[in-house]
Amino acid sequence: METQRQTFLSRLFGARETGLVLIILALFLIMTFASPHFLTWTNMRAMTMAFSVEAIVVVGMTILLISGGIDLSVGSVTALAMVVAGLLFLNGMDPWLASLIAILVCAGVGAIMGFFVTYVGLHHFIVSLAAMVIARGLCLLGTGGRPLGLFELPENFKWIGIGSIGVIPVAIIIFVLFVAVFDFLLRRTTAFRLVYYTGSNEKAAAYSGIRTKRVIFLTTVLCSTLCGVAGIIYMARFGSAQPTFGVGMELNVIAAAVIGGASLSGGKGTILGAILGAILLSLVSSSLALLNVSVYWQDIIRGSILLAAVTFDHYLVKRQAMGGRA
Amino acid sequence: MTPPLLQLSDIHKSFGAIKALRGAQLELRAGEIHALMGENGAGKSTLMNIIDGILQPSSGEIRIDGQRVQIDGPATAQRLGIGLVHQEIALCADISVAENIFMARTAQTKRPLMDSADLVARARAVLAPLAEIDPRLPAGRLSISQQQLVEIAKALTLDCRILILDEPTAALTELEAQKLFTILRGLAARGIGIIYISHRMAEIFANCDRVTVMRDGQHIRTDEVADLTPSDVVNAMVGRKLDTLYPPKMNGERGAEILRVQGLTDRRYQDVSFTLHKGEILGIGGLIGAGRSEIARGVTRLEGAAKGRVWLNGQEVVLRDYADCIARGIVYLSEDRKGDGIFLDMPIAANVSALNLRQVAGRFGVIDSGAETAQAQSIGETLRLKAGSMGHRVASLSGGNQQKVALAKLLAVKPRVIFLDEPTRGVDVGAKAEIHAILRGLAESGVGIAVISSEMPELIGLCDRVMVVSEGRLTGELSGPDITEAKIMTLAAPGALAASRNQN
Repeated sequence: METQRQTFLSRLFGARETGLVLIILALFLIMTFASPHFLTWTNMRAMTMAFSVEAIVVVGMTILLISGGIDLSVGSVTALAMVVAGLLFLNGMDPWLASLIAILVCAGVGAIMGFFVTYVGLHHFIVSLAAMVIARGLCLLGTGGRPLGLFELPENFKWIGIGSIGVIPVAIIIFVLFVAVFDFLLRRTTAFRLVYYTGSNEKAAAYSGIRTKRVIFLTTVLCSTLCGVAGIIYMARFGSAQPTFGVGMELNVIAAAVIGGASLSGGKGTILGAILGAILLSLVSSSLALLNVSVYWQDIIRGSILLAAVTFDHYLVKRQAMGGRA
Repeated sequence: MTPPLLQLSDIHKSFGAIKALRGAQLELRAGEIHALMGENGAGKSTLMNIIDGILQPSSGEIRIDGQRVQIDGPATAQRLGIGLVHQEIALCADISVAENIFMARTAQTKRPLMDSADLVARARAVLAPLAEIDPRLPAGRLSISQQQLVEIAKALTLDCRILILDEPTAALTELEAQKLFTILRGLAARGIGIIYISHRMAEIFANCDRVTVMRDGQHIRTDEVADLTPSDVVNAMVGRKLDTLYPPKMNGERGAEILRVQGLTDRRYQDVSFTLHKGEILGIGGLIGAGRSEIARGVTRLEGAAKGRVWLNGQEVVLRDYADCIARGIVYLSEDRKGDGIFLDMPIAANVSALNLRQVAGRFGVIDSGAETAQAQSIGETLRLKAGSMGHRVASLSGGNQQKVALAKLLAVKPRVIFLDEPTRGVDVGAKAEIHAILRGLAESGVGIAVISSEMPELIGLCDRVMVVSEGRLTGELSGPDITEAKIMTLAAPGALAASRNQN
């Protein structure tokens, strides 16, 4: 009994998620005292809305990072979803059908990247860099570089972006659903365990009878598909399709996942951790804004947080390796 | 009397709460080959890392030529004339063998330009007595044994007085190991002191002058090899009496046929046919690079596109890929444990369940972590796996226990045929005997067992029948009293096939 409690406690305190929650709570406390505008319903709601859609992309990126991949195209693909759905809608298509097609187009982009990574054998980094540029080019080509105003979008469609159920915004409900479902899938299901095996040691996974190419292909497709979903929610919220949306999003998203415990070498990470990472980054941004810190400082501070998290992780792993090897 | 070349006394080292060394000592004389033995976890590597300055002792004294020294880093160690060949191969895969060998010198040189012709020539001279390796090849293109030889060559180019070799022959064949010892003898004759770590009893008794045995971080005994028997050493290492190193062989007739392979042919091997039987352990011998691993990976569809026919329990089967083999119960234990055998960063339980997650999952593919832990626990118990918890990362285990996890992973799918590629490489004596006993038990229970090994005593001591591969072809099969080192070597030598044909 005693030992069981000890392992539970040591696991709780050993877990990265706990550390992040503590840091977030501390920041919360500090901000509550530092700014009267912080702990207000409006601010909380605005803050959650700000990262709730991007968090869906974080989910996709985290899964891809666990499998050992990476995707730089998430920002452009998110914009591509908006542009495709927006153009189809302006040409008279039902917005729901247009959205479905746009998400499928994003999945197609993922499939093309997956093909080049697994069957041609190129690196994720390069393939997604190319996809990032191409998808952005398509967005600009399709719109002539100007945002598409979608004022005619029906209310029931805009509801997914700006509506609420009771006092809770729909976008936040969607975000919580995605996070809860994918966190469970990743922790508990066989299909997603294969993602961990593949990322941890691709060759050992192949030597365990796992079809690793298929795993990598599918995680690449999943990440792009989730970008598509995010793009549609953004479109419903903004009531427009912006071809330049999401520039630099990939860095934010990768940073969140890595702060949450994912590793660029694969095999590690959780959805919960990554979301906490996203919350931390978002909390820092809005706190700095509330304290009237220059926008330029924000990037510097966020970059430093990323560096600190990775450095901390590095020493943690090193210490474990030393202590564990007796 | 001249003081010893190197003397370590009362060395202690702790990592947090764990005491890795508790009063270790070692005395190395100039011109001797001094074997250091002990089970994995006995503290040998920790002690060597202290000599090389990678680790600092918590307390204790190091003297070279009677002078007290402080070795605060590998650079200091090099200055003091200490060279260490690590157990792990650490070559840069993309650069040439020659550049790998002279990496340390390149780092120190003041010359701005590389003279590659000169490097290649010097590398060729260093490698020549060891093996035929083209120094211009990228290191990643070499086999594991050749890479190991390059690591050794690298140390030989350092101008050292104290040379430490940590399990240098783990990946080598007997023939390559013999060449290595010829070189070491020459170095010792020039007054260099050599510390030699190995689990291979035979080569220690054939080549070393003195032996120091460690256990649990402590010094147990140091003696002239001539005054000891192998069982004295084993007993000192494990701290208890091991009656025999190998389990008893099959008694009586072998049982029914489990696996039949006929006419297996691919790029690296031709027309290979063999059978596995109940109760019998088949050994596959031969030199490294002869095609032994390739044959096992060909049958299991892990590599290549072998043509040939396979029967399992009398029924012909078509195997498309490794997943197909696993479904039919034909599995392969990799020779490269860390490279492709296990998931080092993942928990033990998740490693054991990797081949068939459905066994520990409920409906909709939801993993039952209780069942997963229980599975690892129960297989771990039969293998006598020593681990605190099934949730610990495999990286935290000793080599022998890591190998047991790799084996547990295969046993979890209740296999009917297991190909084991170097199943006890880098595993200590105690765990080795346990693994051998487990294999014997599996064979008796009706699992087809084929063991690929470069260790002669393992083939001779463990197997009931040995087939020998040379240059991609079966050159012969030995059984019972015919399994001897001499006969295996004759069949394994390149050209053995032609020789045997000429006789007929």
